[in-house]
Amino acid sequence: MRRAILLLPLAVFLLVAVFLYRGLFLNPTELPSALIGKPFPAFDLPSVDNPEQRITEKALLGKAALVNVWGTWCVSCRVEHPVLNKLAEQGVVIHGVNYKDINADAIKWLDEFHNPYQLNIRDELGSLGLDLGVYGAPETFLIDKQGIIRDKFVGVIDERVWRESLAAKYQALVDE
Amino acid sequence: MRWLSLLLGTLLSLNVLAAIDTYEFNDEAERQRFRVLTEELRCPKCQNQNIADSNAPIANDLRREIHRMLDEGQSDDEIVDFLVTRYGDFVMYRPPLTGKTLLLWFGPAALLLLALLVVLNIVRRRRQAASAPPVTAELSDAERQRLSQLLDKQSHD
Repeated sequence: MRRAILLLPLAVFLLVAVFLYRGLFLNPTELPSALIGKPFPAFDLPSVDNPEQRITEKALLGKAALVNVWGTWCVSCRVEHPVLNKLAEQGVVIHGVNYKDINADAIKWLDEFHNPYQLNIRDELGSLGLDLGVYGAPETFLIDKQGIIRDKFVGVIDERVWRESLAAKYQALVDE
Repeated sequence: MRWLSLLLGTLLSLNVLAAIDTYEFNDEAERQRFRVLTEELRCPKCQNQNIADSNAPIANDLRREIHRMLDEGQSDDEIVDFLVTRYGDFVMYRPPLTGKTLLLWFGPAALLLLALLVVLNIVRRRRQAASAPPVTAELSDAERQRLSQLLDKQSHD
């Protein structure tokens, strides 16, 4: 009994060490989205390419897709853009939400760097972004055929991220 | 005394003027609610700041949004719910009491209680040891004899 008590500090130390060690590899900027499992929020916004065309959440139904929140003011979006282009070429369905941007800049950007987006929603005031719980860009949502948000990725999608985590998730939604 | 109250009055009024507000409120109570809400809600982007302190664009948007909802006459709960459905429990500096947060809420109190119990236990044992009757110093006759023998022997050496 006495011996067991002597070992107690060591046990406490080990417990704390395990927690701290785990903490080294956690990313505190990655927040779980509150929207996973919920339908894509309702919206009615113009398209980036054509101000006459209105897009609503119904347009997102029917196909599993990535919904990528981007802006020309966002430096890392530029890093991500070539990867999205490549994915679009491979047939991945990608929609864009142009978040708090100047539309002319967005059109210029798409002309220059190629347009990977099938639908590109113009969210100049950030109202859709707010409903999506966006707190920076780029952020990418995975939606299924019923328009339910199934997953969210915060940060730049590069080849490795796609290969190691998103590709399988996207494929699973396509196969559903 | 009079100059003191005058000085205090000046300082305090400065304090009121310094409150950051570019928003207009219907009354003082609403301003107060805005203050409390923005101080208790956390900025999703710059994680260790509240919405009131942060300069991030998202915090700015959220302040505007909270002001709009206050203006529409929504209750504090409705406003907090609005943000929680979008950003999750993360935005609350005062997390709700759920199974997941039980440890967070009661962990410190439980640890304190545990420490108190340990201290009480130690104190109680010490007291017992102190109040226990001391070992009797009475010697038997044989022992006394032997003692004097030893002492004699020593003094003769």
